[in-house]
Amino acid sequence: MSDAAARPQALVIGHKDFAVGIVSAVTAITGRGDVFRTASNYGLDTRAMEAIVRDAIAEGVTVIFSDLPAGSTTMAARRAQRDFPEVTVVTGVNLPTLLDYAFAAPDSTRAADLAVEKGRAALMVARGNVRAD
Amino acid sequence: MPIELHRIDDRLIHGQVVVGWGQPLELRFLVLVDDEVAASEWEQELYRMGVPPDMRVEFVSVAQAVERYERFAADPKPGMLLTGDIDTMARLCAAIPALRRVNLGGVHHRAGRAQKLRYIFLTGAEEAELRAMAASGVEISAQDLPAARVIPLDHILTGEAIA
Repeated sequence: MSDAAARPQALVIGHKDFAVGIVSAVTAITGRGDVFRTASNYGLDTRAMEAIVRDAIAEGVTVIFSDLPAGSTTMAARRAQRDFPEVTVVTGVNLPTLLDYAFAAPDSTRAADLAVEKGRAALMVARGNVRAD
Repeated sequence: MPIELHRIDDRLIHGQVVVGWGQPLELRFLVLVDDEVAASEWEQELYRMGVPPDMRVEFVSVAQAVERYERFAADPKPGMLLTGDIDTMARLCAAIPALRRVNLGGVHHRAGRAQKLRYIFLTGAEEAELRAMAASGVEISAQDLPAARVIPLDHILTGEAIA
């Protein structure tokens, strides 16, 4: 395993156990959960959440995936981003997005954009055939 | 009552407010009372990003909230008034006689605060401020989400309701 792969490149931050849960799914499917660091907003105010995001950025995280666009997790990420404009924030993350990102080259500047395209394309509504009586 | 909830929540506009309360109460406007946010375009933009298009948000200082409260209360659409701390809400209650009911929605852990509920942590000064508000006739209870149990101030302060 290379150094780049061993060091999380992205932070997944979400409500309650969202981040741990979704990253565990990434690990189960790809074995590459170590690309992601996780954080929860549980029991934290916005300042404490922002401190977690800033710590992650200081340790090399360049992409932050948050669950809810309107959530406190996104607010914390955007607040930290103000001082680190090189950091990318992605909101409304889903599993296909993270699966794609997990396989991105560590130095790719478009990895987050490409992962978002995959995540967006994965959302669909499937209906069964309805028989006309 | 057009302002359905007067809420203290240190996360201000976030998921519980916009989705958890916003959808069942069909909230159409939020009044965010915070002197710092009211003075910062950048902060306002950040919070605006979290508000759905069918919900209006007004950013006001304490003084502006007092001045405009009658207009907010007369709005036929349901709304929520939010403060990020107890002191701001106490100042509003002292200046607005019609504001007699307060919801504690989230005051999270910070140095010097003791846990009272899963989502409420208070310093001694904050506790005293809540007691003073209650003594002046304000009904205070905690409830993070509409489906959660309403916990009256007395039970919050004893810390017996931690769950």
